[in-house]
Amino acid sequence: MAEPLLRVDKLVRRFGGIIATDNVSLDVAAGELHAIIGPNGAGKTTLISQLTGHLEPHSGSVSLAGRDITYLPAYRRCALGLARSFQITSLLLDFTAADNVALAAQAHAGTSFRFFADARKEKGLRDAAHAALDRVGLAHRADVLVSRLSHGERRQIELAVALASKPKLLLLDEPMAGLGVTESQRMVQLLQELRKEVSIVLVEHDMPAVFALADRISVLVYGRVIASGDPAAIRANEDVKRAYLGEAHVVTHHV
Amino acid sequence: MKTFTVSKAVTALMLAGLVLLPLYSQASGNIFILTLFTRIVILALAAASLNLIMGFGGMMSFGHAAYLGIGGYAVGMLAQEGVGSGFIQFPVALAASATYALVIGALSLRTRGVYFIMITLAFAQMAYYVASGLARYGGDDGLTIYKRSDFSGLINLSNRTQFYYLCLACLFGVVFLIWRIANSRFGLVLQGLRSNEQRMQAIGFPSKRYQLVCFVISGTMCGLAGALLANNTDFVSPAVMYWTRSGDLMVMVILGGMGTLFGPVIGAVVYLLLEEFLSQLTEYWALIMGPLLLLVVLFGRGGIMGLLGRLNRG
Repeated sequence: MAEPLLRVDKLVRRFGGIIATDNVSLDVAAGELHAIIGPNGAGKTTLISQLTGHLEPHSGSVSLAGRDITYLPAYRRCALGLARSFQITSLLLDFTAADNVALAAQAHAGTSFRFFADARKEKGLRDAAHAALDRVGLAHRADVLVSRLSHGERRQIELAVALASKPKLLLLDEPMAGLGVTESQRMVQLLQELRKEVSIVLVEHDMPAVFALADRISVLVYGRVIASGDPAAIRANEDVKRAYLGEAHVVTHHV
Repeated sequence: MKTFTVSKAVTALMLAGLVLLPLYSQASGNIFILTLFTRIVILALAAASLNLIMGFGGMMSFGHAAYLGIGGYAVGMLAQEGVGSGFIQFPVALAASATYALVIGALSLRTRGVYFIMITLAFAQMAYYVASGLARYGGDDGLTIYKRSDFSGLINLSNRTQFYYLCLACLFGVVFLIWRIANSRFGLVLQGLRSNEQRMQAIGFPSKRYQLVCFVISGTMCGLAGALLANNTDFVSPAVMYWTRSGDLMVMVILGGMGTLFGPVIGAVVYLLLEEFLSQLTEYWALIMGPLLLLVVLFGRGGIMGLLGRLNRG
């Protein structure tokens, strides 16, 4: 088997006496959309934070395309092609949508220690920003301050920001959080498109979306991976049903 | 974009006033006003430099007066030792300020929020006490500068009008630089960090480096103000570094409008004119100044620039 794009090996992270990440190992192949699901408090965000570099693990390792990134700071991982969206929208509210995205492009286009030339007139950056905004269907909102955009639009900007850095791997932390039905559908459609271009790790509560999108699903319970496999296998897995999906209707209604 | 606004009109009027002031002073024979405005222009320069870290960078430095002292002492100490050339004094003043900013910034930027305010304040107070201990250079009493910086006939700092225009040119130069910086790649990163540091790190910017460079640029600019101020008063003493002076600079920035280009200049002009005017009226001028400032902060979010902006819409 080829080298996986992302390899997480025996990762452990404790908070006091609680083991939030308990010996987690998982591989994400290039081109794959790998979903991570689990009930509240299963340690999904803790796991993501260790992948992005916002939290250090106590043991174990994370590698991206064969390179050990376990202890690299967040900004270095980003340079290596790892982009993330935040569970709680985290944008520059007093910047326009285009500026938000252009900054992400700027981070990956040469040095930012340039003090004199007007960065908003750099065609390369503006084009990249507009392309990414167009990708998520927000090109017409480019010059609006993010503080004036709706929650749904902000979720889409999150995605555009992540895309603008031209990542190899996209870590999406609950991109559907707080979205309405139609907005969710649009997001699923968008992810369907994006997965053709970039590998994705998706943490999500929206089960229909997860089962519609994922190539593989890992189920996290109390910090441990209790099952990993394709959607059909996860759906059939007795442990998963018992531990997490409980009343199986969440899954079956989508079959 | 290029529409008429009240704040633009006020800014333009103020700038025209500053440029024409020496003419008025000469015509009316009022020398005092030129002396007063020289001081205002120099402190406006200091406030503009503080605005770069505070307004654009979002770092509340409460020790900015230290650079006024360092720039001033560089001029004063060199003059005392017989080095009177401005071509040496000014570069030394800038280099000393930059070095101090680099060291203090590297240490202070490990902290955030209130701790950052406190540590920058603490370092400035240290600089104050160090200066007080410089027995050779006047210690507590300060150091008289018997001869202003000598620019070999290029410009005569002892000529009131020439010196005023030198200060004004420095102010305009610094504001121009800040304008370019604010819209540059560097400036956008800086303002992004002010807005949301976590997000900026996640898209690949190591925040501290940018903030430190900003800290150094700002300190260097303020060092220039210090060198000019020492020449203006022919004197430098530890008092220019005292924390109340840092507070004055902060007030000017907030009063005028943080994060705006000309806000700090307007803030400095208004603050220092009020101080001058009120202190002539009464010994207890601070009793009037305090509530005035409170009103602006309470009802004029964004300072004078913010108020003018709202006038325009209303």
